[in-house]
Amino acid sequence: MSALPPYATTGQRIWHYGFRVICGLIFFFLIFPILIIIPLSFNAQDFFTFTPEMLALKAEGYSLKHYEDFFTNSDWQQAMTNSIRIAPVATILSVGFGTLAAIGLSQTHVPFRRAIMAILISPMIVPLIISAAGMYFFYSRIGLQGTYWGVVLAHAALGIPFVIITVTATLVGFDKSLTRAAANLGAGPVRTFFKIQMPLILPGVISGGLFAFITSFDEVVVVLFVGSAGQKTLPWQMFTGLREQISPTILAVATLLVAISVALLTTLELLRRRSERLRGMSPG
Amino acid sequence: MSLDSSADDFVVFDHVQKSYDGEVLVVKDLNLNIAKGEFVTMLGPSGSGKTTCLMMLAGFEVATHGDIRLGGKSINNIPPHKRGIGMVFQNYALFPHMTVGENLAFPLEVRGMNKSEREAKVKRALEMVQMGDFAGRRPAQLSGGQQQRIALARALVFDAELVLMDEPLGALDKQLREHMQYEIKHIHDNLGITVVYVTHDQSEALTMSDRVAVFNDGVIKQLAPPDDLYERPENAFVAQFIGENNKLLGTITGREGDIVSVDVEGGMTSKALAVNCGGVGEKTMLSIRPERVTLNSDGPNGTEALVKELIYLGDHIRCRMTVSGHDDFIVKVPNAAGHQHLVVGERTKVSWQTEDCRALDA
Ligand SMILES: Nc1ncnc2c1ncn2[C@@H]1O[C@H](COP(=O)(O)OP(=O)(O)O)[C@@H](O)[C@H]1O
Ligand SMILES: [Mg+2]
Repeated sequence: MSALPPYATTGQRIWHYGFRVICGLIFFFLIFPILIIIPLSFNAQDFFTFTPEMLALKAEGYSLKHYEDFFTNSDWQQAMTNSIRIAPVATILSVGFGTLAAIGLSQTHVPFRRAIMAILISPMIVPLIISAAGMYFFYSRIGLQGTYWGVVLAHAALGIPFVIITVTATLVGFDKSLTRAAANLGAGPVRTFFKIQMPLILPGVISGGLFAFITSFDEVVVVLFVGSAGQKTLPWQMFTGLREQISPTILAVATLLVAISVALLTTLELLRRRSERLRGMSPG
Repeated sequence: MSLDSSADDFVVFDHVQKSYDGEVLVVKDLNLNIAKGEFVTMLGPSGSGKTTCLMMLAGFEVATHGDIRLGGKSINNIPPHKRGIGMVFQNYALFPHMTVGENLAFPLEVRGMNKSEREAKVKRALEMVQMGDFAGRRPAQLSGGQQQRIALARALVFDAELVLMDEPLGALDKQLREHMQYEIKHIHDNLGITVVYVTHDQSEALTMSDRVAVFNDGVIKQLAPPDDLYERPENAFVAQFIGENNKLLGTITGREGDIVSVDVEGGMTSKALAVNCGGVGEKTMLSIRPERVTLNSDGPNGTEALVKELIYLGDHIRCRMTVSGHDDFIVKVPNAAGHQHLVVGERTKVSWQTEDCRALDA
């Protein structure tokens, strides 16, 4: 947004400043609820509100006890272990299938590619509760309900649309003559895929993978349906904590999850910049 | 196919047809034999099927009908990566995530060559295109002309005997393009490789090639060395497409051996060399190159002309005139000492030799 030109009309001036106010409000409503959690998680009391000591910025108002609880309580530790066992495997499946699907569907000769694409993306669009109920009935029939692999597969299905979308977007900019050049130089299809195509679409694959990971790591609805007590993940434990114990440990966990998400998104942005440099889109 | 004929028929298109949609033939019955070491150019307007022919040779498109042979063996069933044909793509197709050196080493790595041998070959190829110092750069850090040289080096580095080039100089400015034409030609002469070159630029085709195949609408209209193509076009399309051409439409009134008499529309008559025309009473197109017309009545065929426009071009003056009712008749007047100074609106004489006037298909 540049400065107002001298010939701007009154309407344009109002809009110019009104636009900034609107942007500010949007940021406030999106970010503030997340930011407010961070100081609250250091509350020395078992309350969800700011205590007078905290507002007075006294040291005794703050403590790490909720973090301590998270790292020592066996329920939370079990939930964390489950999340760490489920999310990466679901991510690997999403990335593998999603990437292959995106490459296949970017070929113009594939019949019904739009319809297939729409079906694969549908978990992102269909209300989660419907997917979850559907998976519950289907997985019960085939004995996957309440199992580790059931949850992994369900999360993989939720992650695939992200991978397909990001990889498809990178493939749009992919120059098909590069694969032809590779073949012309003697490389077979497998070598061409790993040496030429994969390195160039890697940013899309990685960002899709990160989204898939965060989806699985944050997901609560599907795991409630498809999982059993043995697959209680962090979000599930938070949900239970909120309903049953109202323990501020949730705030500590939430802060940790925010930190992880920020770290992942930063990684993503750095990777994107690196790939732009590699592809010569911005000066190296 | 016997072995001894394979030197002359290194690349053979044998009744090749190609259709993308199963209805329209983009290439119609193509027959083309290319000898080992030859530089053959496919020249033609955009959409005439040149790239399609090259893609069939490289293996990226499959011929709908017919046979393509390389070194006497049919290659229809060989996938592109096993054909061992070098190719320079129009947009260069350099791998952006690899350095120049890695780009060149790629085909050698694929062939299982060891590191020291690879490095020596890459160095030699880069020196051949005068890019010896650029092995560590990425393609994005090079100018268009430099990328073009790297693409050329990469097509040559694995010692392919046949190298295909699809409008490789299309993206370069005129000066660089002319310079690269000479370099490619020198490399061709030095290495003894066979080159199939595609362009829509006729001067490029004429300066570089041993033979030029003029394409139109999926058909080779004429396959000949450059001088033949310009001086002895076999049909109206080639006469019009290559160089500048004066066409006079008329009807044949008589024939004596190779010479026909033609009544040109608009009143004049001319004798012409019968190249590709029908019998008495049929229509024909007379083709005369502008530089073969003289501004006097010396020649056996002549008439009066009205000067319409003069364009000064330094070494010659381009003069557009009306001749026998055709008002796009061009004459090139050389800017020699004591040349005739024309004035717009003036009437003058033009004439030409019978053998410079070719009667072609109307
Ligand atoms: N992949 C394709 N699918 C369908 N039609 C094509 C394809 N490639 C080329 N064509 C058509 O084939 C004709 C010849 O194209 P091309 O060989 O590229 O001509 P040129 O290289 O001489 O300009 C054109 O009419 C073009 O539209
Ligand atoms: Mg083309």
